[in-house]
Amino acid sequence: MKNLLLATALIAVSGAAFAQDVVRLGTEGAYPPFNFINDAGEVAGFEREVGDELCKRASLTCEWVTNEWDSIIPNLQSGNYDVIIAGMSITDERDEVIDFSQNYFPPASSAYVAMAADADLKGVVAAQVSTIQAGYVAESGATVLEFATPDESVAAVRNGEAVAVFADKDFLVPIVAESNGELMFVGEEVQLGGGVGLGLRESDTELKDKFNAAIQSMKDDGSLNALIEKHFGAEAAKF
Amino acid sequence: MFASCADPKSIEGLTWAMCYLTSGKHLDFYWSFLTVLLLLALTAPAALAMGFAGATAARSRLLPVSLLGKGYAAIVRGVPDIVFFLFFVIALDQGLEYLKSLAVCENPVWPWQGLEFRVCPEAKIPLGKSSAFWHQAYGFALAVFTFALVFGAFAANVLYGAMNAVPRAQLETAEAYGMSHGQVFRRILVPQMWVYALPGLSNLWMILIKATPLLFLLGVKDIVYWARELGGSKTQAYEYPHPDWRLWYFLGLLVFYLLFTKVSEIVLARISARLNHGQATAGGEALRKAAA
Repeated sequence: MKNLLLATALIAVSGAAFAQDVVRLGTEGAYPPFNFINDAGEVAGFEREVGDELCKRASLTCEWVTNEWDSIIPNLQSGNYDVIIAGMSITDERDEVIDFSQNYFPPASSAYVAMAADADLKGVVAAQVSTIQAGYVAESGATVLEFATPDESVAAVRNGEAVAVFADKDFLVPIVAESNGELMFVGEEVQLGGGVGLGLRESDTELKDKFNAAIQSMKDDGSLNALIEKHFGAEAAKF
Repeated sequence: MFASCADPKSIEGLTWAMCYLTSGKHLDFYWSFLTVLLLLALTAPAALAMGFAGATAARSRLLPVSLLGKGYAAIVRGVPDIVFFLFFVIALDQGLEYLKSLAVCENPVWPWQGLEFRVCPEAKIPLGKSSAFWHQAYGFALAVFTFALVFGAFAANVLYGAMNAVPRAQLETAEAYGMSHGQVFRRILVPQMWVYALPGLSNLWMILIKATPLLFLLGVKDIVYWARELGGSKTQAYEYPHPDWRLWYFLGLLVFYLLFTKVSEIVLARISARLNHGQATAGGEALRKAAA
């Protein structure tokens, strides 16, 4: 009886009738052109279109959720959403705590951007916290300065806090192009990670299989390449 | 919002500014001010109630109740706020879902499996298929509860001190008139303690106002989140590209918080004057002389 009352109360709190299951897609919403909050206040970008198409092909009802990048893996594990779709590169370290689908974005270059061509890349370099780029900078012998959002790591170069920022090249290209020559690419490009994949809980193998099949079908019919070209330009790496 | 805003990249000047400031994202920003005000409107009375319960319990003549009240104030005041806002909320959320899983899952299992927390889909709060509104409302409710718990402990200490500050002679006189303990508490102690509690409570109110950006840690999109999101530099991927404008947005927040605390000070000064009226305190004496 007590359990019954408790259950009734909690169902009332959760406030919804039983219906079809919904897959919640967690993204950062601050990483254009991968994902960002558009001016209407909705999630938009490459991953928005890919995610919606994948859900359609896998016959899933999906809903978008935004979450801070830094806590995006812990919140997946505690079940606040079911999939991470946030430009997350497939790495061995992450693979130990979560599972990845096959990649839906090919392994891409990371690059340095600075205000001057002779910037000292062993000096203070900005990167977003908990990214493969931050890890790479730390190992390169430079002093890494970490920021919660990618935008802040670029702003740190503009205001002189850091001599350079190290991030995904695809994220930096539009920023450099629109900076009126203020920002430029410096140093060598670096290949990091195994491409961008969906992050899932290790126990969610069924969901992973569904998404893997959907990604494969988008790769096979070329629609994934078309979306990459639409959001990242003709020069972007494709499958 | 307006028809002329359909193609933002072709307009400029005032029209651009008007369209920019009425974009969907900005409307969310404006609503988030109401979120903060609503949080304060709910948290302040809840924290006061928790504080009152804690202080009353701490004064109890029953040892366990008294220890409970004192322990609540001591433990919560001693633990860093950040622990409450990061760890406690997750633990509370998972604890609720665990309890619900015992009631609604067919085969409830221990949900903490390695790094993952797993309960059956029926036990999620809110359910995965609930609308975004319920997810936000649930996060907001957790926030109100956590704020009330933390600030209630400080309020308990303030009220406990205020109750002890009411002159003993007042209570003895009431007892001499034959009032019961409950009557003395309700008719003499509580009405007189507020004047002693107000300075401490007004401090708490000011701190609570400034603590609202912690909402962001709880996943509620508050004014600080939107200011950072809107102010960040925007490329052509956005409809309204602009350079780094965070300074202006944060200046706006500065003005909002200063105005809000200023208004609070004025209101609190009025309440203080009213509470001092007719009291045998230095403040009450000053009021009496000013009127004479």
